[in-house]
Amino acid sequence: MAIRIIGCGNFDRGDDAAGLLVARRLHALGVVTVEQSGESTSLMDCWNGFEHVILADATAPHGRPGQTFIWKAHADKLPEDVFACSTHAFGVREAVELARAMGCLPQSLFIYGIEGKQFSLGAPLCPEVKRAVGSVAQQLLELTRLISPAQATQNRA
Amino acid sequence: MSREKSRTIKVETLARVEGEGALYVKLKGGQVQEVKLKIYEPPRFFEAFLRGRHFSEVPDIVARICGICPVAYQMSAVHAIEGALGVGIDPSVRLLRRLFYCGEWIQSHALHVYMLHAPDFLGYPDAIAMAGDHQAIVQQGLRLKKVGNQIVALMGGREIHPVSAAIGGFYKAPSKSALTGLVDDLKWALDASLATTRWVSGFEFPDFEQDYEFVSLSHPEEYPFNEGRIVSNRGLDIDASEYEENFTEQQVQHSNALHSVLRGRGSYMVGPIARFNLNFDRLPDVAKQVARDCGLQAHCRNPFRSIVVRAVELVFACHEALRVIREYEPPSASRAQAAARASTGQAATEAPRGLLYHRYVLDQDGLIASAKIIPPTSQNQKRIEEDLWHFVSQIATRPAEEITWRCEQAVRNYDPCISCATHFLRLQLECD
Repeated sequence: MAIRIIGCGNFDRGDDAAGLLVARRLHALGVVTVEQSGESTSLMDCWNGFEHVILADATAPHGRPGQTFIWKAHADKLPEDVFACSTHAFGVREAVELARAMGCLPQSLFIYGIEGKQFSLGAPLCPEVKRAVGSVAQQLLELTRLISPAQATQNRA
Repeated sequence: MSREKSRTIKVETLARVEGEGALYVKLKGGQVQEVKLKIYEPPRFFEAFLRGRHFSEVPDIVARICGICPVAYQMSAVHAIEGALGVGIDPSVRLLRRLFYCGEWIQSHALHVYMLHAPDFLGYPDAIAMAGDHQAIVQQGLRLKKVGNQIVALMGGREIHPVSAAIGGFYKAPSKSALTGLVDDLKWALDASLATTRWVSGFEFPDFEQDYEFVSLSHPEEYPFNEGRIVSNRGLDIDASEYEENFTEQQVQHSNALHSVLRGRGSYMVGPIARFNLNFDRLPDVAKQVARDCGLQAHCRNPFRSIVVRAVELVFACHEALRVIREYEPPSASRAQAAARASTGQAATEAPRGLLYHRYVLDQDGLIASAKIIPPTSQNQKRIEEDLWHFVSQIATRPAEEITWRCEQAVRNYDPCISCATHFLRLQLECD
């Protein structure tokens, strides 16, 4: 089945790199992934035509750095205060909810969030987020194997 | 007495966007007592980052200042440094830079018109709510933005924080056929932009006009992007090298961003309305005609009509992109060579939201000794506060919720980078 795995974020903004690092971990394991800034229109374009989408991104700080979250975005609305950290406030949540409003969400859309701590320019990844990246990458790999075993091993050959 | 009640409207800070802002308005007895637009994160620290870096690194570094207008930062930087080093560019490179800017204007204006500003006029909290009732409109906006994304991605190597701009040109020039591949989408985008202009011109606009000093670039033959003199409707007519003699920045206690003012004159407006008013006759006929058809005159003073002007600029950008693609022939070399020398260069270009000034001092090895960057939002900040001061006076008796909504709409007239923050602002109302 057609599946797209997307890592979102910004390498220059500390923990905002979390989603991108998850994608790179998976890529290193042979899984086809795509990296995105999180800008809504590009994101919607990126998943257009795919039945199943898995997306990883950093979430806004609420005092629990490294905590991970999973949303079944195809079924439930995303919370408003979690992804409020994108170009002109038009990011992951807006892409998902716009797609829902226009009836063009993928059949399944799983969003993995890693709560960040520091997002200033040039900041390093905090240790809690660093640990969570490995854990989320493993979870995404398992989910990918369930949905699309072929994609999970596509690049290994 | 209720008339003497003091009301404080606070719009709290939001985290991590290209600009972080807050709004504070204090009312007493129906009169505005205080207005503060606070910006916490201007790109000033980039000026320090740049010190000691080689001039060739500057375009890639400044592109990181803003996720929505990186091309503008790159263009002001390359022109300033080319001026310092005496580098001339190939005419084809000049065309490509105009195309690059068209892409950014289309991206930025489509996002702002459809997703950020239109919901204000139609009474929706955001574009998501608007999409429920206006699906075809939102789809049109998304597709328009995508056309801009395609241009920037083709020219810059990627849609956000492009990496191809270089001192002297581009690291790689696109082929004619690559550009021709954009034509069908651009033709659609031109028609969609005309429809956009007609659509937004039908909105209801508050009756609010101010006596602005408009400032923009002006070129004798072109609607301005990269070149021209800095002019105003009150007689300013200077080269970019004279910018700092005519403009100054003032520190204000409530904001990290300096307020730009014209020396001895005060606040001024940069951005689409300023460009439109000062360069109307250099718009292509198709843009001029739709503006006239929509009742937009060349002396627009109502900032709420900026949404219509942005739509007209979408028409211009699509038309200009098609012209550039028609005329383009790849340059023999994608970039001219630049040799280091101790020098100073200044340039201003037209970012989607207004004039963007850069100055660089280079040492004999081509390392940056100092940099100065004055973004449009910093230049408009004082003017936004003055708009709010006068506008809130007109609506001071309305419910707090409506005042907040209208204030946010008034701020978004300028499409500042903090517009992202104002979408999530929360009101705190205090009554004595």
